[in-house]
Amino acid sequence: MSDVVLKIEHLVKRFDDQTVLKDISLTVREGEVIVVVGPSGCGKSTLLRCINALEEIQGGKILLNGSSVSRESRNLSEIRQKIGMVFQSYELFPHLNVLDNIILAPTKVQKRSREEAKVEALALLSRVGLLEKANSFPRQLSGGQKQRVAIVRALCMHPEIMLFDEVTAALDPEMVREVLDVILGLAGQGKTMIIVTHEMQFARAVADRVIFLDEGVIKEEGEPDQFFDHPKTERAKEFLRTFTFERKHTHS
Amino acid sequence: MNWDFIMKYLPLYQRAAILTVKIGIAGIFFAILIGLLCMAVQNLKIPVLRQVVRVYIEISRNTPLLIQLFFIYYGLPKIGIRTNATVCGIAGIAFLGGSYMTEAFRSGMEAVEAVQLESAYSLGLTRWQTLQYVVFPQALSICMPAFMANVIFLLKETSVFSAISLMDLMFTAKDLIGLYYQTTESLFLLVVFYLLILLPVSLAGSLLERRLRYAGFGT
Repeated sequence: MSDVVLKIEHLVKRFDDQTVLKDISLTVREGEVIVVVGPSGCGKSTLLRCINALEEIQGGKILLNGSSVSRESRNLSEIRQKIGMVFQSYELFPHLNVLDNIILAPTKVQKRSREEAKVEALALLSRVGLLEKANSFPRQLSGGQKQRVAIVRALCMHPEIMLFDEVTAALDPEMVREVLDVILGLAGQGKTMIIVTHEMQFARAVADRVIFLDEGVIKEEGEPDQFFDHPKTERAKEFLRTFTFERKHTHS
Repeated sequence: MNWDFIMKYLPLYQRAAILTVKIGIAGIFFAILIGLLCMAVQNLKIPVLRQVVRVYIEISRNTPLLIQLFFIYYGLPKIGIRTNATVCGIAGIAFLGGSYMTEAFRSGMEAVEAVQLESAYSLGLTRWQTLQYVVFPQALSICMPAFMANVIFLLKETSVFSAISLMDLMFTAKDLIGLYYQTTESLFLLVVFYLLILLPVSLAGSLLERRLRYAGFGT
């Protein structure tokens, strides 16, 4: 078995008096692709935000390669470099062009040389088919292009794990594909990833393991085929039914 | 129009204009400093100081510059602080402008969305790096129109300096009208000199705005 990259133990997250995540435990091994699905408001995004210490946690532990991730960690910036995060709303920096967006953190945070970072950035851009956009500004790109740049920006930091937070939710249907293809490619290269998505077919294709989150707890966990074809819990069955459509016949 | 009169007193206006610009620039410089400081206090939510800043802003914005100048020029000596008219003029512009600058800077900072900061943090940028590379450049661009409007507004406000006997443009004009009764010429020169000062600033401002907006915003 490969090494454990991320270990979450009994994670509890509360907003005021509302408990959003209740006792979540999860182990992610190197090269594993975890897809988190569940109804809106079940805590999927919050889970990702906790892993990146964008949210304070009220209980439990998050360990990345054995070192604790929390807002109190003194080396928080160092830890976050190892966790790549891609947001639903892309969040490219609007005042920087594509290339500068990508090499900002490698040069300022990792103190790599501009030249070296640039070479890697261009190589990555070319891999996602956006080499010719290197000098464009974010507002000149389509949503799908922006999201691919955001993925490259995260990749350029050489993270040990990538978190994808509903990265296609804000995209037009035609652009969803180009982004998902990039993520599928990363899975093929053995990147460790946690993906929150509503794209069920994609989830099935990319996942090594599916986590079904509902009301702040992991209701079900399993391999994609097993989860999608034979969900064990009633709640999961009900959830998956919302993605299939049948024409209702009425007799006159 | 008496051109001889105009030519004769042109140097007087020049000197007054230079004084006006000097005091204006110095005042605006300190207004920017005050604005940055107050913005930082508000942004970092420093207790007590935050309330002090709030009170300062309300006083500064809701009283006319003329009255502020009177307080500084005639009031402060009563409690033992003696200064000259030049320092009073600078202090007046700084006191008035500080609050306007604070609000301009604050609006710029607040316009940068929280998730932009999170995006920077998630890349490993520290708090300061995030401010330096992500927040400030965007905030600067956003607040630039308000900032330039403030600069022009403050330069125009210098016209009340004559009330504390500063030999500025307004003072010169009033003086000449009083002495020679050449109202048209004196006022003509006054308008021309104010335009000479403000038009370039205005043009530079729009240029700067356009330059800072070159990338256009919208994620």
